[in-house]
Amino acid sequence: MDGTVTDASTQAQAITVVGLSKNYGTVEAVKGISFAVRRGTTTALLGGNGAGKTTTLSMLLGVLRPTAGSIVVLGEDMLQRSHRVLPRMNFTSPYVDLPKRLTVSENLIVFAGLYGLRDPRGRIAELALRLDLGGILDRPYGKLSAGQRTRVLLAKALLNEPEVLLLDEPTASLDPDIGDRMRSYLEEYQRASRCTVLLASHNMGEVERMCDEVIMLRAGTVVDEGSPAELIARYGRVDMEEVFLDIARGAAREEIAAASPEAQG
Amino acid sequence: MDAFARESVVLHRQEGVAASARRIRALVRRHTYLLRKSWPRIVSLMYYSTVTMVLWAFITIYLAPTTDILRDAPGFFLGAVLLWEVLFRGQLGVSLTFIEEMHARNLGSLFVSPLRLFEFIGGQVVLSALRTLIGVGGACLVAWLLFHYSIFTLGFPLIAFFVQLLVFGWAIGLAVSGMILRWGMGAEELAWAAVFLIAPVSGVYYPIDVLPAPLQVVANLLPSAHAFEGMRALLLNGVFRWDHFWFAAGLDLGYLAAGIALFAAALRHAREQGTLLQMGE
Repeated sequence: MDGTVTDASTQAQAITVVGLSKNYGTVEAVKGISFAVRRGTTTALLGGNGAGKTTTLSMLLGVLRPTAGSIVVLGEDMLQRSHRVLPRMNFTSPYVDLPKRLTVSENLIVFAGLYGLRDPRGRIAELALRLDLGGILDRPYGKLSAGQRTRVLLAKALLNEPEVLLLDEPTASLDPDIGDRMRSYLEEYQRASRCTVLLASHNMGEVERMCDEVIMLRAGTVVDEGSPAELIARYGRVDMEEVFLDIARGAAREEIAAASPEAQG
Repeated sequence: MDAFARESVVLHRQEGVAASARRIRALVRRHTYLLRKSWPRIVSLMYYSTVTMVLWAFITIYLAPTTDILRDAPGFFLGAVLLWEVLFRGQLGVSLTFIEEMHARNLGSLFVSPLRLFEFIGGQVVLSALRTLIGVGGACLVAWLLFHYSIFTLGFPLIAFFVQLLVFGWAIGLAVSGMILRWGMGAEELAWAAVFLIAPVSGVYYPIDVLPAPLQVVANLLPSAHAFEGMRALLLNGVFRWDHFWFAAGLDLGYLAAGIALFAAALRHAREQGTLLQMGE
């Protein structure tokens, strides 16, 4: 087998995860989860702290080796042929940073070289315009505010116009104004590029606004899936914040639905 | 297909030698940006090599009237100290480049990019060669200006000694980087200390014959000892010892393979433990 998966389901799905597990010694961080992310959609990976979101994203990116299971991204087996798919993906995470003494422009030029952009300066100029980086391109990355750094990290993540974009808490450190502008840009980018976005977030407003699908994790297992509207209806709640609290606190879906005002009256 | 186009961004072909060379160039560029804008960094590259060279130059001047060796071969100590610096700077170049990525919390981004392990190592060794040329080159220039000593009088064999010691430095540097990756920043001190462990048995300033027999066995297993023995044979007897050359070359290949294997194993461990995204200050 050459690692390229070409059946019909992988044509429709950007990411297919089957039986994915990760153990650290005796601790099971992710317990045999399976899910699929359709091409061109934005999907949220939700769960409380320690639910396994970052572990799952790290395995999808190839920086963490699973204990068991398979990951297919854009038709390629990530465990065998990540080098074929990494040029078509990108990510942002609060766990990584960029060299602080390099300017924003220098950092982006370096990553443009790593991703092999034919016109790095043109792409950087385009992203600088869209993400409002024009005034800070020549400033050292280490001298930027948290919000500016987040925008630079997003620019880095969009340099290669990825077909799959993994975002771990992309707006966590931003004030509401900049957070809103980032979300707007990501929505616009996703619509224009038909890129597949997998997003880990604790911001339920963000999830309701941006995501077509939600995968709920608790203690390393997938406990529910559906669109935000479906989940809200299923749990008999008014928004995703309440759904999140129900799931994170371990309440059973049937129990919640039975106790909801709609079910009672 | 030599490129694939999407909406607006066109990427170069991702496979092949040209793609690897481009990614190595990007890594080298990341560090040369730093060097170019920081003269203290350039000075610090040359500082230790130059000060050590000056120290040994005065020792040579002091001892020259008392020993035939220094009368016949005034570059005996200076050549040794400059070549030792090649080994030290070569190792440090690899280890410090790696530590810099860890401090910057940049390893996660690098290993999620299309960069492959052999390209990452390629970038490290190119940067090490660059740092060594700047550091030792500065010391060589000062030796020539102040003491009228040119290491280039060794002729073409100098290239052999230089490459042998540089490659051994890379091997140690990769092993040290692997240990830092495995045990975290607490092992950072190894970057400065590791190479000195082999200094006594490398015969930098004396022939390895003076060592106790068991240490001579150890010395014979080090490319550095063969390089320094070769240098002394050239300086004192005017002969290039091919036996030392081949021993050093063979041992270098073995140590380099071991250094790469150790670093690759540490990276595999980091991928298994999930530490790659968490490494940093």
